[in-house]
Amino acid sequence: MTNTETVAARTSSGLSAAPLEFRNVTKIYPGSSTPAIKDLSFTVPAGEVCVLVGPSGCGKTTAMRLVNRMIDLSSGDILIDGKSIVGRQPSDLRREIGYVIQQIGLFPHVNILHNITTVPRLLGWDKKRCERRGSELLELIGLTEEMGRRFPSQLSGGQRQRVGVARALAADPPLMLMDEPFGAIDPINRERLQDEFLRLQRELRKTVVFVTHDIDEAIKMGDRIAILREGGELVQFDTPDRILAEPADEFVAQFVGVDRGLKRMALTTLAEIELEPAPAVADSAGEQTVLTGATLREALSLIMSDSLRPLRVVDEHGQVAGYVSVELINKAMHNDGGGNIAVPR
Amino acid sequence: MMFLAPVADSGGPVIPNFGKTSQCVLDNRSFCWGWFSKHWGDTFEPALIQHIELTAMAVAFGFVISFALAVLAHRHGWVTNPVTLLSSLLYTIPSLALFEILVGYIGPNWYMVEIALTSYTLLLLFTNILAGLSGVTPDVLDAAHGMGLTRRQVLLKVEMPLAVPAIIAGLRIAVVTVISLATIAAYATPTGLGKPIFDALSNGGFNTAFLAGGILCVILAIVADGLFVLVQRGLTPWASARRGA
Amino acid sequence: MEFLNAFVWIGHNGSQGVTVTGKLGQHMLISLISIAPAVAVGIGLGIVLGHLHRFSFLAINTSNLGRALPSLGILAICLPFLGVGTTPVVIAMVILAFPPILTNAYVAIDQVDPETVDAAKGIGLRPWQVLVRVELPLALPLIFAGVRTSAVFVVATATLAGIFGGGGMGDFIVNQATFGMEGVIGATYVLIVLCFCVQGILLLLERLVTPVGLRGTRGRQAQTLLIESGIDPQGPEQTVSEEVRAVEHAAR
Repeated sequence: MTNTETVAARTSSGLSAAPLEFRNVTKIYPGSSTPAIKDLSFTVPAGEVCVLVGPSGCGKTTAMRLVNRMIDLSSGDILIDGKSIVGRQPSDLRREIGYVIQQIGLFPHVNILHNITTVPRLLGWDKKRCERRGSELLELIGLTEEMGRRFPSQLSGGQRQRVGVARALAADPPLMLMDEPFGAIDPINRERLQDEFLRLQRELRKTVVFVTHDIDEAIKMGDRIAILREGGELVQFDTPDRILAEPADEFVAQFVGVDRGLKRMALTTLAEIELEPAPAVADSAGEQTVLTGATLREALSLIMSDSLRPLRVVDEHGQVAGYVSVELINKAMHNDGGGNIAVPR
Repeated sequence: MMFLAPVADSGGPVIPNFGKTSQCVLDNRSFCWGWFSKHWGDTFEPALIQHIELTAMAVAFGFVISFALAVLAHRHGWVTNPVTLLSSLLYTIPSLALFEILVGYIGPNWYMVEIALTSYTLLLLFTNILAGLSGVTPDVLDAAHGMGLTRRQVLLKVEMPLAVPAIIAGLRIAVVTVISLATIAAYATPTGLGKPIFDALSNGGFNTAFLAGGILCVILAIVADGLFVLVQRGLTPWASARRGA
Repeated sequence: MEFLNAFVWIGHNGSQGVTVTGKLGQHMLISLISIAPAVAVGIGLGIVLGHLHRFSFLAINTSNLGRALPSLGILAICLPFLGVGTTPVVIAMVILAFPPILTNAYVAIDQVDPETVDAAKGIGLRPWQVLVRVELPLALPLIFAGVRTSAVFVVATATLAGIFGGGGMGDFIVNQATFGMEGVIGATYVLIVLCFCVQGILLLLERLVTPVGLRGTRGRQAQTLLIESGIDPQGPEQTVSEEVRAVEHAAR
């Protein structure tokens, strides 16, 4: 049951993204006195990426694995598109959920194409349909047909990771679970993979539960972020912007980092704010220029390197769109519904 | 050189007939090709074929038993230790002794030999098959279950194919081990390639027979070993891919 | 009931004037004579070649070949040239015991973590010192595994000497007419115990010789077991350790 109206991308084939609800979920491991997750409740609207983030031991991976019943609930319920997972046969349930793990886990004994089409074949799709879907996905992740015939050992780490994502998407599941999927990759390729995934998500609009320990990744990838503390306690569940603007408590403030003001500024581009006209004092010697696509943070950085002089903003055609100054940036940050950046609640 | 009468029940003379012996045989030189080719058909070829049959049967039985036990042990861990203990005990019994003992109780027939040979394969095959099944990395298993494969599907589609290299390696060693042990069986009951060797031994030491029997079973073992290497390469294209990559 | 009487027979230290202890001593002597040269040459050659990282194809594939050779077959081939008796048995056993020791010693030294060797050279150890102080201690488990395999093989195969009246416990087994089934079974019991004892002694020896810091690493024991079973570790996805990677080589 969702209480938010969200535009879910629906294709002609029907449901392509389903809302997910955690309802008073508790998990206690046998033999342990403290619960790994205590009374966790939140809802992910269909088509959104919800990032579960927190320090080690906060239960984020446990929470994710409860959804596809790799771990079973102690109490509470999880509902996908309003239907409880409890009554369902685990293997049937899992075939409707895309599952990506950090070490990927590709089957070494079959080729890439075969790996990707695992779930469709399990669901009984006919051979032609599987092949078509396989080719489609290879193209989607940027691999050639020839690579589809190779074995996992012949691919690089980054390529394997992409295949892992493609494999999860193969049966077009309404929900995807991703556990630190880019964690084992070097930073450069990680950024590339993150961008690629965001591009895919813009197209496909799936409901995604994404687990990470990296707050920057969470801010980048998430439409909504759930910050968990040890014991699976949900401390704050909100958009990245709101969390950065108003951290719920000291823990969150520390977790997002002292530079959250700057992080927040990186979420907005100059194109999204109303720019100023040219300053009265025409001191255009050595004036710096910045594109409308730049973020407020980049703009601030340039302004600070130029003795706080206002910055000229141009669009991609070279036309001057306006000017931006420190005061304007400050106003833009405050315009988002209040709250001082500096003071946590 | 004294020639003894042919052994009546050995299914064919190992010692040359009276009056037609070549000088080579008379001198008991190392290897008399003439004698060998003459007796290939009645002595060595049947012995070779018998040896192959013995080996194939023992390995087949051993495999079936070990496979069933290994799948069981894979599912129920407690099975592993008792099976390993029992089969290692069997394996430690020196083959000559096992054959002698079994002959004493069961009699000198082919299934006595088969029981003994099969027992020797159990430890190795069980250990290898189980190790193969257990050797799948945890992330592959996690992904397999997470995608929705049932337990049975994981066993059939993931664990077993990935266990193949270990299984083939085990079969390879089992086969050559059995080939070796089957020659010793001839001491207790006349069968296989050991027969011409032991016959020659009990008749004064006819060198050609020694060499012929010995070389034949060495060749058999090496050929079998080589075949398995090829089978292993054929059945694991993903490992070959890595070699090539 | 011979299975129980066999214990009595052992207790009486044999029968017909032939003692169990006497034959046991002979058996151990034959075994020792066979394994000593195999160990000396196998370990020596294996260590040297492994340290120099030379002739790997040969060193690794001898054990593949050796493992395939049928013992009686080799024995039979020796007979025309060495006559009938204990000598061909000993020679055949030396030939058959040699490959696992050589290959294991080679692989053990060759596959010592190259970074460790590099570090050793970097801090100024001379090649000889690198071998003795670094490579050898790390290679011990695998070397001992090879020796254990061969030792058990030799002890079991030395029974064949009985066929030639060459002494050892085999005498009891081949002369059932003289010593009865109790003799055969009794000798078998003794041999089984002997095999376990040999393994036990070698394990103890290995433990004594291994530096304290390297003891009790379960991973190594698992790996040596894999090698004894001849397993070629499967998935390329699997993280493969040095020794186990060597088996891959060997299985090709």
